[in-house]
Amino acid sequence: MTAIAVRGLTRRFGNFTAVNGISFDVGAGEVFGFLGANGAGKTTAIRMLVGLLAPSAGEATVAGFDVRTQAEDVRRNIGYMSQRFSLYGDLTVRENITLYGSIYGLTRAAIAERTTTLLQALALTQQSDALVGSLPLGWKQKLAFSVALVHSPRIVFLDEPTGGVDPITRRQFWELIYSAAAAGTTVFVTTHYMDEAEYCDRVSIMVDGRIAALGTPRALKEQFAAPSIDEVFVRLARPVAESSA
Amino acid sequence: MRAALRAFVVKEVHHILRDRQTLTILLLMPLVQVVLFGFALRSDVRDIRVAFVDPSPDHATIALRNRFAATHRFQVVATSANTHGLEPLFQRGAADIAIIFPPDFAAQLQSGEPARLLLASDASDPNTGTAMQGYARAVIVAQEAEWAPAAPRITVESRMRFNPTLESVNLFVPGLIALVLTLVSALMTAISLSREKERGTLEVLFVSPLRPWQIILGKVLPYLALAFANVLTALAAAWIVFRVPFQGSLVLLLFASTVYAVISLGIGVVIAAHTTSQRAAMLGTLLGTMLPSTLLSGMVFPIASMPAPLAVVSNIVPARWFIVITRGIMLKGVGVTYLWRELLVLGVMMLVLMLLATRSFKPRLA
Repeated sequence: MTAIAVRGLTRRFGNFTAVNGISFDVGAGEVFGFLGANGAGKTTAIRMLVGLLAPSAGEATVAGFDVRTQAEDVRRNIGYMSQRFSLYGDLTVRENITLYGSIYGLTRAAIAERTTTLLQALALTQQSDALVGSLPLGWKQKLAFSVALVHSPRIVFLDEPTGGVDPITRRQFWELIYSAAAAGTTVFVTTHYMDEAEYCDRVSIMVDGRIAALGTPRALKEQFAAPSIDEVFVRLARPVAESSA
Repeated sequence: MRAALRAFVVKEVHHILRDRQTLTILLLMPLVQVVLFGFALRSDVRDIRVAFVDPSPDHATIALRNRFAATHRFQVVATSANTHGLEPLFQRGAADIAIIFPPDFAAQLQSGEPARLLLASDASDPNTGTAMQGYARAVIVAQEAEWAPAAPRITVESRMRFNPTLESVNLFVPGLIALVLTLVSALMTAISLSREKERGTLEVLFVSPLRPWQIILGKVLPYLALAFANVLTALAAAWIVFRVPFQGSLVLLLFASTVYAVISLGIGVVIAAHTTSQRAAMLGTLLGTMLPSTLLSGMVFPIASMPAPLAVVSNIVPARWFIVITRGIMLKGVGVTYLWRELLVLGVMMLVLMLLATRSFKPRLA
């Protein structure tokens, strides 16, 4: 089953084409890595998929709903964790969970149950009444991820979720991603860490508004005869970096 | 969906309650403003230094002079037979007001013709000057009533315009209510919304099933409650400290305040939508609402004395209409029959701003 289907999706800002006719499919339950250098158009593409930005051309369906015409259905079925930390620092852990649970229409009983399991999974039960602002960054990020999943969405979009956290937390974070995927959630994730790309089922690499490569990490390494995704990425991104320099 | 809105309002209340410093400032502000404005801008001065010019003292002039001397407010600093000494007194600032009798004051009174009297006051501060004249007149009128209860027989001439409301604080409190509401509603909404924009939390809300109007309503409701508390504090402070009268209907005042608060909240939302940082939103609100509400609303400077173009511009300032309503209700005790035009203008402004506010918060930023 297809979770995300994108056909010729394009976004122009004046004369500048940020996303230039990209097409790809993401299967249900897949962990899909969406890679690209800064300014390659990743964030613009994600913003169109979650309904924050209208496409200039092309089509996209998310969870089976058209992002242009069925934005509300799309919103109900996705979770979103933005680049910037998206929980409220002056609310407690519990209050943040309750807020997002209610926004997504969960019943009180469901919220209470989700809160308990979520706190246990994150080992945050002791801190449930602490202000989120007082938690260490790594915990905040893991909590933000869990809150993005509070309504059990079919697809979760993660925009650079591990920026600025230590390697151990990053590893734990990926364990969370895997357990979400194992439970059937499709994970659409952008990252700058190429070692993380190796953890994905499939990756796409965006260069200059287009998708330059797409496939499993193993297939991409074979295709470019490179020892790592890092190397594949550098080879693809370099011509652009030189021409723009 | 109602539960979602309620959860959102609860969140906003938490934001407000946890920011203790800001909350304290917001709650105390009406109190401090009423007291400060009330005392600092009071033109009902005490210890007015009065100089008499009495060319031929008779029983009438002496009785009037004694009456002045007996009041707490006036303090006689000089009595002379001619006006030569007056100018230096004023120049040195030794006298605030001069009362000049004609040579035949008692004779004029007895003739049945109105007796003439001249009041001259230090006009360096026009507000204070008018108030001092008002007090002097009050003393004269009291004396007049004692002599002849039937008809006024003393004509007082003065160089200054008569100020019908002696207690300046009465005029300021209705204006202050507008100012406090503007500050809390517009400024705090603008700051709170632009903070979510700056931190990126607004983006997450836009991706959620919450509709823009729910986000706006959730933001606005708690501040509306705060605005209500502020109006009541300002009224209580005004009454307790200055005995400012309250003639009209409290319900009508609170209703008008709600409409005005919604307008201000709408302005705050629109400003937050068009600015990208908290700082810009704050400056924008100060410039866009606080300045016009103070300077162009008739609160400090009468609209009648504004240059024509500014007087025209003042029509789009919501506070200009709201202050007419608050003054009308508080000081004159008038109701809807007299204030419907102003209420209508505010109502239209409210609808326009609510429309603009929801429009400006479209999640899809083109």
